[in-house]
Amino acid sequence: MAKIIVEVMLKPEILDPQGQAVASALPRLGFTFAKSVRQGKRFEIEVDGDPTPAQMAEVEKAAETLLSNPVIETYVVKVEK
Amino acid sequence: MSFRVGVVTFPGSLDDRDAARAVEMAGGIAVPLFHASDDLKEVQAVVLPGGFSYGDYLRCGAIARFAPIMNSIVTAASHGFPVLGICNGFQVLCESHLLPGALTRNSNLHFLCRDQKLKIENTNTVWTSGFKPGQEIVIPLKNGEGSFQCDDETLKILESEGRVIARYVDFDPNGSRNLIAGISNERGNVVGLMPHPEHAIESLMGPSTDGLTFFTSALQQLVGR
Repeated sequence: MAKIIVEVMLKPEILDPQGQAVASALPRLGFTFAKSVRQGKRFEIEVDGDPTPAQMAEVEKAAETLLSNPVIETYVVKVEK
Repeated sequence: MSFRVGVVTFPGSLDDRDAARAVEMAGGIAVPLFHASDDLKEVQAVVLPGGFSYGDYLRCGAIARFAPIMNSIVTAASHGFPVLGICNGFQVLCESHLLPGALTRNSNLHFLCRDQKLKIENTNTVWTSGFKPGQEIVIPLKNGEGSFQCDDETLKILESEGRVIARYVDFDPNGSRNLIAGISNERGNVVGLMPHPEHAIESLMGPSTDGLTFFTSALQQLVGR
């Protein structure tokens, strides 16, 4: 069974107050490595067997219309076995 | 004659009853519309109320956009049908691409509930025609994701075409670009507003009665048609 992964991130120019809150919490815990943090979403979609090109095309369409808002977000689609 | 104004209820809508009440107080007939039906029941305008449609899962307004009633509203809006989206309704209008931009998390991450001063900047829309240009009003603002964001080009178009209908005054509640509280589409029939006019229609229950003018504006525009 394969998993199709869709990762959605806010575009770089869009303010990400959640990421900023994480970035400012890290040093309070002694983690000093982070210059900045951006927070996004990850969808794991299970399909039977290897995904077909037709299925992948549908996932692209779903990522563009529902899973992300192209006005403020970008997405990446990958397959994990 | 009285005009029929639809108020849509999505699963998770909160302010549909207040919006319906505002319509009635303005002199209209409020007609409840249901998300799962595409029937606009011969209404002459529609209000998308505040709340948390579909739990605000995924993104605010993202799932509501695909409700059957929205198909009918998007089609009607393209022919000049008046639509007002308040708070979550504004988010639904952006997700439906009836309005540009998007509403994102308040810059300070807090859910805010306050009486907010606004300046009305465009009185040529169906929903703001009863205000005086530059009029300042106070109505409640209550949301967690009210920060209006768009790209520079869209912002330039909104500003140059006078499509910013209201701006926050004296206090920046959420980091919206150019302090934008509400915008309209090109034609002025579709308006989205983050604060809540339907909660400011009676002096007993709200900070002012300024909100009523949004509803009387639309009803007067309908008389003129």
